Amino acid sequence: MAGITGKDATLTAYADALASGAPKGRSLTQDAFRRLIGNKAALVSIFVFLVIMIIAYAGPYFLPWAYDKIDWAGIRKPPDWAKGHYLGTDQNGRDMLARTFQGTQMSLLVAFVATTVSVVIGVIYGAIAGYFGGRVDAVMMRFVDIMYALPYMLFVIILVVIFGRSPVLLFVGIGCLEWLTMARIVRGQTLSLKQREFIEAAKAGGAGPFAIIFRHIVPNLTGPVVIYATLTIPEIIITESFLSYLGLGVQEPQTSLGTLISFGAPVVEALPWMLYTPAFFLVVMLLSLSFIGDGLRDALDPKDR
Amino acid sequence: MLGYALRRVLTAIPIVLLTITVCFFILRLAPGGPFDGERALPPDQLRNLRAYYHLDEPIFMQFLGYIGGVFRGDFGPSMVMKDFNVSALIAIGLPFTLMLGFTAFIVGTLAGLLAGAIAAVNQNKWPDYVLVMIVLLPIIIPNFLMANLAQIIFGIYLHWLPVGGYKPGAWLNLVLPVAILAMPHGARVARLTRGSMIEVLGTNYIRTARSKGLGARLILARHAIKPALLPVVSYLGPGLSYLLTGSIVVEQVFALPGIGKYFITAALNRDYGLVLGTTILYVFIILALNLLVDVIYAWLDPKVRYR
Repeated sequence: MAGITGKDATLTAYADALASGAPKGRSLTQDAFRRLIGNKAALVSIFVFLVIMIIAYAGPYFLPWAYDKIDWAGIRKPPDWAKGHYLGTDQNGRDMLARTFQGTQMSLLVAFVATTVSVVIGVIYGAIAGYFGGRVDAVMMRFVDIMYALPYMLFVIILVVIFGRSPVLLFVGIGCLEWLTMARIVRGQTLSLKQREFIEAAKAGGAGPFAIIFRHIVPNLTGPVVIYATLTIPEIIITESFLSYLGLGVQEPQTSLGTLISFGAPVVEALPWMLYTPAFFLVVMLLSLSFIGDGLRDALDPKDR
Repeated sequence: MLGYALRRVLTAIPIVLLTITVCFFILRLAPGGPFDGERALPPDQLRNLRAYYHLDEPIFMQFLGYIGGVFRGDFGPSMVMKDFNVSALIAIGLPFTLMLGFTAFIVGTLAGLLAGAIAAVNQNKWPDYVLVMIVLLPIIIPNFLMANLAQIIFGIYLHWLPVGGYKPGAWLNLVLPVAILAMPHGARVARLTRGSMIEVLGTNYIRTARSKGLGARLILARHAIKPALLPVVSYLGPGLSYLLTGSIVVEQVFALPGIGKYFITAALNRDYGLVLGTTILYVFIILALNLLVDVIYAWLDPKVRYR
């Protein structure tokens, strides 16, 4: 007779409970996302960075003055709400807020282009060095070591001298010099990835080395690449603003945060708004990006603390 | 030990030669030049100028001539500052840049070590939180902005320190530049020291020392400091190269007479001779210092020597 002890009923109920309300497994991405949301500094920073991005791109449409428009009646004027110069004007009568928005856009654009370039070069270079190993690896990584020892800012400046002031080439140039650390990280990851069974399976299936690198290794590098790319963005913004500060960056009437700061600093006693507006945007942007990068690192790679 | 040092010197020589070669050809083959003024020069004058600077010879001959000059310490003429040759300009600027850089290096390293050690010993208590926050700022905020803000606060509003300029003996003028240059370096040293010190303090042999009753200070001085210093020492090489490029900005912002200022002026004026000369000098200094750091590292850690 079934169920005289009640054991079967209990087991059935347990099996039903398992089938209906089983605890769901969480993927690595979900885990990482939960950790990122739990990190208050990173969450606030993401919000702040999004706000800056939105106002830098949408803000100009709500301002009465364009960034290169000269207001002949309002040269070197403090903030004046009635005329629409919410944060004052510069020595040429151009609206500071509009110029700061334009400068922020420029910094974001540089960061995006240069980071993309550095990620592409770094990932391909590092994955090839790590996958082939041996002598190829030794030569390729020795080259990276040499480049590390050289002061890369000098090369950026030489690139500027050569390319003149063509911004696009300049961004690509910065990206071409920023890939070294990415290549090292990717190589290290590739060295351990290539020992895994799925690579062996791909080899057994007859896949060529480049198919394995791009189809099987690179997709598995997403975590560290995303983390490091996020950490590269503020570095590139700093490099660009540094070049612009020295007068080697973007050309008038376009502007960037570095240029604005370099024009604002000498006149800070008389026209303080010319320095503090762009400086505020630059610092807030860099701070938030740095917290986002740290948060992503903690979220995607919790052991690396 | 001597063999290791010798091997390192031998590998550094081709790097210097390669850098000279690459920079020379990039600059010579680039479009535009130092004689492109607002007004086009008459062709005769341009020809004379080019002949004077040997720019009309085949580029390979120019290169041989240049390399030969470099080995004799002659970096050729400056094409824009016509009364000087590059070696003379370097001789004027280099002592100052080295003095500024080394002072900042010593100040930054000591301050960073101290801050990092204090933070590590007080891990997750308020001195740690405060120091970690302070150390974050100079790493994130670009040094030109820090320099400007320091000028404004200490020079213009408070009148404590001069805003810029320098003449021999005016050491007050150096306080702000050295501080600004030392800050990012010190901050990175502090981060590294904190991290490696925390790791070392968690090891078994430190627990053994503690369990046999050694005091906290003695443990720190006798057992923890030396292994905790290794990652810091390996950072000092790249750190020096950050410092030298940082000194370009600081010299520019504070109007100081170092080679960084010449480098920027030369880059803006397309003065190829001067750009090339200062770049070679920077690369040479940085490689030499890296070499020194590597040898010190090998002396501290025998594992490196025999690899």
